[in-house]
Amino acid sequence: MNKKIPELDTLYREIILDHYKCPRGRGKIECPDITFDGYNPVCGDEVNISLKFNDGKIEEVAVNATGCAISVAAGSMLAELLPGKNMEEIREIGAQFQKLLQGEEKNVNLDKIGDLDTMEGVSKFPVRIKCALLAWKTIEHALQKHSDEHHSHTKTTVIE
Amino acid sequence: MKQDIALLKRDHYKYDNHFGSDLRSDFPIFSRKIHGKKLVYLDNAATTQKPESVIEALSKYYKRFNANIHRGIHKLAEEATTAYEETRKAVANFINTDEKNIVFARNATESINLVVLGWASNHTTREDEILITEMEHHSNLVPWIMLSKKIGFKLRYIPVTDEGELNISNIDNLINEKTKLVSLTHVSNVLGTINPVKQITAAAHKVGAKVLIDAAQSIPHLKIDVKEIGCDFMAFSAHKMLGPTGVGVLYGKTEILQEMQPVYGGGEMIERVTYEDATYNEIPWRFEAGTQNIADVIAFKSALEYLQKINYEKARQHELKLIKHTMEGLNKLGFKILGPTESSERIGVISFMDDVAHPHDIATILDQHGVAIRAGHHCAQPLMRKFGVNATARASFYIYNDMDDVDTLLESLKEVRKYFE
Repeated sequence: MNKKIPELDTLYREIILDHYKCPRGRGKIECPDITFDGYNPVCGDEVNISLKFNDGKIEEVAVNATGCAISVAAGSMLAELLPGKNMEEIREIGAQFQKLLQGEEKNVNLDKIGDLDTMEGVSKFPVRIKCALLAWKTIEHALQKHSDEHHSHTKTTVIE
Repeated sequence: MKQDIALLKRDHYKYDNHFGSDLRSDFPIFSRKIHGKKLVYLDNAATTQKPESVIEALSKYYKRFNANIHRGIHKLAEEATTAYEETRKAVANFINTDEKNIVFARNATESINLVVLGWASNHTTREDEILITEMEHHSNLVPWIMLSKKIGFKLRYIPVTDEGELNISNIDNLINEKTKLVSLTHVSNVLGTINPVKQITAAAHKVGAKVLIDAAQSIPHLKIDVKEIGCDFMAFSAHKMLGPTGVGVLYGKTEILQEMQPVYGGGEMIERVTYEDATYNEIPWRFEAGTQNIADVIAFKSALEYLQKINYEKARQHELKLIKHTMEGLNKLGFKILGPTESSERIGVISFMDDVAHPHDIATILDQHGVAIRAGHHCAQPLMRKFGVNATARASFYIYNDMDDVDTLLESLKEVRKYFE
């Protein structure tokens, strides 16, 4: 009875399902510089992000996510993509990824976003965009927190 | 994977023809196509669809007799007031009580909050206990947590077994002389479990505790008689029983409503007002401050009239067949079902899960087939945690669903396997 539904094939690409079934970056990293929890109260999806920096770049990433295929896969893709990137590069990845999810794939530099480019199909499913964004938003918050702490630390040093 | 759902086909069940597709022509929404496919609406525990008569009644009020109620002397106000109060009578009649015992609110959540703020906040101390259950919707959980933080009473829980039923073996300990109120759901919105509310009400009354029943999930499916249950309060929502959104009902026994404090002050709930003081109107108007949701209350009457034509006993038999067929099909397809395994112990709410596919992905795939289910924590996060899950997929039925709907659900679920083997 079922006819093929192309939207579903675009949403559930092989690569996305692979990241969902075998998420990269799972587990713990030693002495992370920052850890941050993300939670989507609408659906109950959770993600825990740990980041370790070295010389202004991300050295290690741990992403532990429970949730739907889209949110887990997005976290896994980011875990694969971020090591070695500096702050500016990371922000650029986030910006490109969000553009992709808004259906503006023509304006996205697909070479810069690793496997995240397979998330293009999510733009056809508006209610699922927040699933795709959970890990990224959590990383964004983690970076902000890290930056705030770093600055306050510097300030304290100056005052002393 | 080849699943032989045909074996479970409807030939086994000669169900009453007055349900399912026969009723569907009364509901305009079913003429809609979803992603080019027939709408299979299985999200009835969230809200039901509305018959033409309800939509018509809404429109008629605005077109013919829109006016504010109660104070007006003119013709339109008189007609609107009469229609509004007619619904109160119809609701009272529907649950076997008197119209003075029916308070209108915005939804069942607000009805419960009226009891929490208007009754419990004035009838409990830090030494007391309030008993709820582990299977409550957030609407019958969060307001109690909020009040217990303020007053300091102990909030206790009737535990839920692994089978998704209330464990009442220890009920004599849970309900004791400190218990001021037992507040529980009649039917779980996640598990579909039908709770022994009559038995629990009797146990509560033995120690002088009051009882609030959340009937939001039960009243669309089971005939409710507040006198038979014996409860002191009952809360439910119009929109889960074919009525419009924005109307909740609070039933309360006369003497208890009379000793209950109004929660909102304002127009219409007063008797006499000075710069220093105010006295309150009689029950039930004392609890309905300000301009009410007149249009939706009036249209709710048409929903009750529709339901009154439905033979609840036969509707229940019809639903049991749908439940059985769905549960058998889900088992065959390898999905796990939460809650009672016996279909007779539940209403048409079936939460299910898969080892691989997340409920949201299941819901997305089903939606592309025109099948509307719900996925998530269903506003029962602690219960989800108890069962060790973050979310479930939930299919819930109503009188217009039929075996074809169940077959479409099951066939579409096979598609889930295409992506999530």
